[in-house]
Amino acid sequence: MADQTSQTAQAAEKSDAGYWAANVRIILVSLAIWALVSFGFGILLRPMLSGIEVGGTDLGFWFAQQGSILVFLGLIFFYAWRMNKLDKEFGVEE
Amino acid sequence: MDQFTINLLFVGASFALYIGIAIWARAGSTSEFYAAGRGVHPVTNGMATAADWMSAASFISMAGLIAFTGYDNSTFLMGWTGGYVLLALLLAPYLRKFGKFTVSEFIGDRFYSPTARVVAVICLIVASTTYVIGQMTGVGVAFGRFLEVSNTAGLLIGACVVFAYAVFGGMKGVTYTQVAQYCVLIMAYTIPAIFISLQLTGNPVPALGLFGDHAASGTPLLQKLDQIVVELGFNEYTAHHADTFNMVLFTLSLMIGTAGLPHVIMRFFTVPRVADARWSAGWTLVFIALLYLTAPAVGAMARLNISEMMWPNGTNAEPVSVEMIESDERYNWMSTWEKTGLLGWEDKNGDGRIAYFNDKNPESVAAAEAAGWGSENELTKFNRDILVLANPEIANLPGWVIGLVAAGGLAAALSTAAGLLLAISSAVSHDLMKGQLTPNISEKGELLSARIAMAVAIAVATYLGLNPPGFAAQTVALAFGLAAASIFPALMMGIFTKVNNKGAVAGMLAGLLVTLLYIFLHKGWFFIPDTNSFTDADPLLGTVKSTSFGAIGAVINFAVAFTVSKMTAAIPKEIEELVESVRIPRGAGAAQDH
Repeated sequence: MADQTSQTAQAAEKSDAGYWAANVRIILVSLAIWALVSFGFGILLRPMLSGIEVGGTDLGFWFAQQGSILVFLGLIFFYAWRMNKLDKEFGVEE
Repeated sequence: MDQFTINLLFVGASFALYIGIAIWARAGSTSEFYAAGRGVHPVTNGMATAADWMSAASFISMAGLIAFTGYDNSTFLMGWTGGYVLLALLLAPYLRKFGKFTVSEFIGDRFYSPTARVVAVICLIVASTTYVIGQMTGVGVAFGRFLEVSNTAGLLIGACVVFAYAVFGGMKGVTYTQVAQYCVLIMAYTIPAIFISLQLTGNPVPALGLFGDHAASGTPLLQKLDQIVVELGFNEYTAHHADTFNMVLFTLSLMIGTAGLPHVIMRFFTVPRVADARWSAGWTLVFIALLYLTAPAVGAMARLNISEMMWPNGTNAEPVSVEMIESDERYNWMSTWEKTGLLGWEDKNGDGRIAYFNDKNPESVAAAEAAGWGSENELTKFNRDILVLANPEIANLPGWVIGLVAAGGLAAALSTAAGLLLAISSAVSHDLMKGQLTPNISEKGELLSARIAMAVAIAVATYLGLNPPGFAAQTVALAFGLAAASIFPALMMGIFTKVNNKGAVAGMLAGLLVTLLYIFLHKGWFFIPDTNSFTDADPLLGTVKSTSFGAIGAVINFAVAFTVSKMTAAIPKEIEELVESVRIPRGAGAAQDH
């Protein structure tokens, strides 16, 4: 009986660790996109995008003034949806 | 009805609305003050948080800074929205799981140290006070114009109103008042923008009009704008001129700072569930984005309108005449704004015309001299902070739109200033006095110390607001730098690492002090003018301006914390369990009271 309890506890700990690792992975991917659209497309990589025209200027200008904000929105809602699903997969939801 | 009466009506009606809702919603118990967000839908909570967060910097100041600089100031747009990604992914769900009410409580418990809590409170007070200075700058501009007095008188009147507003503080905690403030604020921002976008591009959505065609010339709006500003000797609007490294650092400082400002983070402590904390951050950004997607359009269109007004027959013809400014009603806004002392023009060469061009550019000076307009720019003063408030007048919109914008600007500045003052006063009375210094203080004493803290903070902010270290948004950017360097790293390390108490305290102190030192060296000690050793035009470290230093301060904070933590004892078992538990949503009961 005592063995069983500690086994369940161990399993829960293992699953908690798996849940956290999955969460950190999702965060890292999201933050990579976050940095790419703002610091990347909006500032550092703007010269590379200068050939793509958007309304009288180039794509980098659009990303700096509007595009990055729209991607940020997408990222937060994606993260909320993905994590709420992950909570259920690992059975850690409230 | 004259404009003054219309403004008074709109501002009065909006205030009556907030007070009415506050009275209606206060029927419940006082504990609702703290748990304002509990039981409130994430969408409603998002709207209220957006109102809480968007201040004079976003509403009054930002579009003006974009208008006169162009692409280079996109940093404000990316920085003040990108922070919500950090908040949603790295802080909000875990702090909600922790289940207390203030940021300093989390830091005190997680780092099992009263010292850490006090240091967090000090960081909070320094960042919030700097933030209030920026708000006072905006309040001064808004009251100066709306009461038709000088900027200084406007600031002093505004300070009294903010103080009264903050003392009736409960109002602040009521989510529905903030929802109303958001509605007023967003209407005031977008309605004039829609009118102007229709006038210039025929597109009713300003965010799309920005990338549309200029109706009068048939060329894309941004090309038209680039062409005009270059003809006047200014930098091309859409081109990249600023130092790239500083731009990246500045954007990063604003982002990290957004995720480190206690009055924003607090909103996510009290949503019903961890899942809601995740959604709430998204909804908050939706409502912020409505203003932020419009702001670049407001800036670009205003710049075009102003340039065309100063050169009514094109840049190759004659500049506007003094007589026209004084008699043509389309130029009335210039005389009304001149009264605030924030706009000025002077016919320096006495030719009866006001020539507006870049007199720092030798080529345009030569061209102006050749054409006979003199060698000096005669639009001598155009404070960036007046642009949004003056915008409907510049575009010759109806009086009610102007009144609405006055109400919106005041809503933005007052709600944030009052919220920050409340955060400061509760930090002093609750966390500092009751929590540490005098645990036996009576409730009366606690209330009194809260009021005194509020009065001191507003006096300091008003005094410094008379000679602000920058335009509203720039001063606010300094506050974000301080929050970025002190609070955010401590919170993040508390959740994602096992850094110990000594590491956290040393990290916060190092981040705060180094950043504060760098700011004071550039902006003057305690922001007192003329006590600075460097300027942002020629900063101490390469191209790093004082507004951008927060990101470096954050790196210093992380580095010091990790080093000190490695050299001292590991965290105790129960704190390790606390860290494990905030990472998993399971079992997150309701937020506990103090």
